[in-house]
Amino acid sequence: MAQFMSFTKTVLKNLISKPATTSYPEVPKEYPQRTRGHVEISIEDCILCGLCMRSCPPGAIHVDREAKKWSIARFDCIQCGYCVEKCPKKCLSIVPGYTKPDSSKHTETIKKEEALPK
Amino acid sequence: MANRSVVPFGPQHPVLPEPIHLDLVMEDETVIEAVPSIGYVHRGLESLVKKKDFNEMVYVTERICGICSFMHGMGYCSAVEKIMNVEVPRRADYLRTIWSEMSRLHSHLLWLGLLADAFGFEALFMQSWRLREKILDMFEISTGGRVIFSVNKIGGVLKDMPKDMLKSFVAILNDMEKELSETTSVFLNEYTVRSRLEGVGIITKEDAIRRGAVGPMMRASGIEVDMRKTGYAAYSDLDFEVITSDKCDSLARCQVRIGELFQSIAIIRQAVDKIPEGEISVPVKGNPDGECFMRLEQPRGEAFYYVRANGTKFLDRMRVRTPTFANIPAMLQTLQGAQFADVPLLILTIDPCISCTER
Repeated sequence: MAQFMSFTKTVLKNLISKPATTSYPEVPKEYPQRTRGHVEISIEDCILCGLCMRSCPPGAIHVDREAKKWSIARFDCIQCGYCVEKCPKKCLSIVPGYTKPDSSKHTETIKKEEALPK
Repeated sequence: MANRSVVPFGPQHPVLPEPIHLDLVMEDETVIEAVPSIGYVHRGLESLVKKKDFNEMVYVTERICGICSFMHGMGYCSAVEKIMNVEVPRRADYLRTIWSEMSRLHSHLLWLGLLADAFGFEALFMQSWRLREKILDMFEISTGGRVIFSVNKIGGVLKDMPKDMLKSFVAILNDMEKELSETTSVFLNEYTVRSRLEGVGIITKEDAIRRGAVGPMMRASGIEVDMRKTGYAAYSDLDFEVITSDKCDSLARCQVRIGELFQSIAIIRQAVDKIPEGEISVPVKGNPDGECFMRLEQPRGEAFYYVRANGTKFLDRMRVRTPTFANIPAMLQTLQGAQFADVPLLILTIDPCISCTER
């Protein structure tokens, strides 16, 4: 008997159970804590050392010490997390949430403000 | 002699997720000879060693393949660690083993789905991939990625799995085992499936050796060869038998892979029981100098890594021989004398990964 109708049990079970898929985007997806979505920087702690720029495998990060700017090409970033590992001040982090699609490639620049004199 | 005609197969074909081209020399409906041509997705990843330093290369090797990405990264890291005489912490070895076996589970489930799709059993294909989804979720929870994990580094791993996470994974796998045996029994027992697989694509023990087959292809021909038995990572501590079959046909290859699914779950269970506490990586200083090779068992078979370093941060040479590349001659052998309708199925039974092959 195992030779015939062996799939029937699975079919009947699937017929009465809930679907395995969810109707995204109506039902938003909950990402686990460790999901590598995009790189974030807390610029106050950044010392603009440029280690992230030199370690980035696709060369997505650019650090300009003169202009005190940290920039990332979101479309080039491969979310490997190597910059996060290399950062000496641990001001980079990789957080859940994927970046939005766009019609053109662009670079996101963050400027480090001067610390106010005490 | 009947008229011979040449039928091109691929590079774009519904059964192939990746491009490979075969010229099939046909006599009526029978294939007389198959002439392959590969190289459609060659990316030159191996020569990138001259532009990316040896630490960055970890992320490049991971991207050789989307299915065994973890094991590619692990093979490269182990090779460099061997050159630099770095002793990886035991916990990192165990974590690598657990992730490797999870990769094997998801790769074999993917293959079962594709096989069902190739002989036209769509519902079974969906069922296999539904099971696979759970493994991918486990990957996302533990590493942060579903396909590319980026957890390997030279000297260990980047992320730890806490005790409760490991326990929850074992619980998920225990639940899955039941569903798995239901789905896989369809592959092994159902009359319609057996009629497509039994006695098709026979490769004898002698042929398998002569053509240098690897992995499940070799084991389905009754040859006990499994690189895990060489004891890399934590495999030396774990107890498992090499699964073989002496039927040599497509059903045997299916049986071997299904057996390995259950075996992988058992290995993960053992590894979770035995995993020691401690560090997950050691700091690595300096640049590698020297050469070495590393062999490991990927879901598709034995992969071979060769690394030569010259004491600078850029390596001289990196070479990967992937299992699909080694299995192509065996696949051509099975195609000779096959019926035209069986060609997609026979190509699938080696579990081809063309991006791996062409790097």
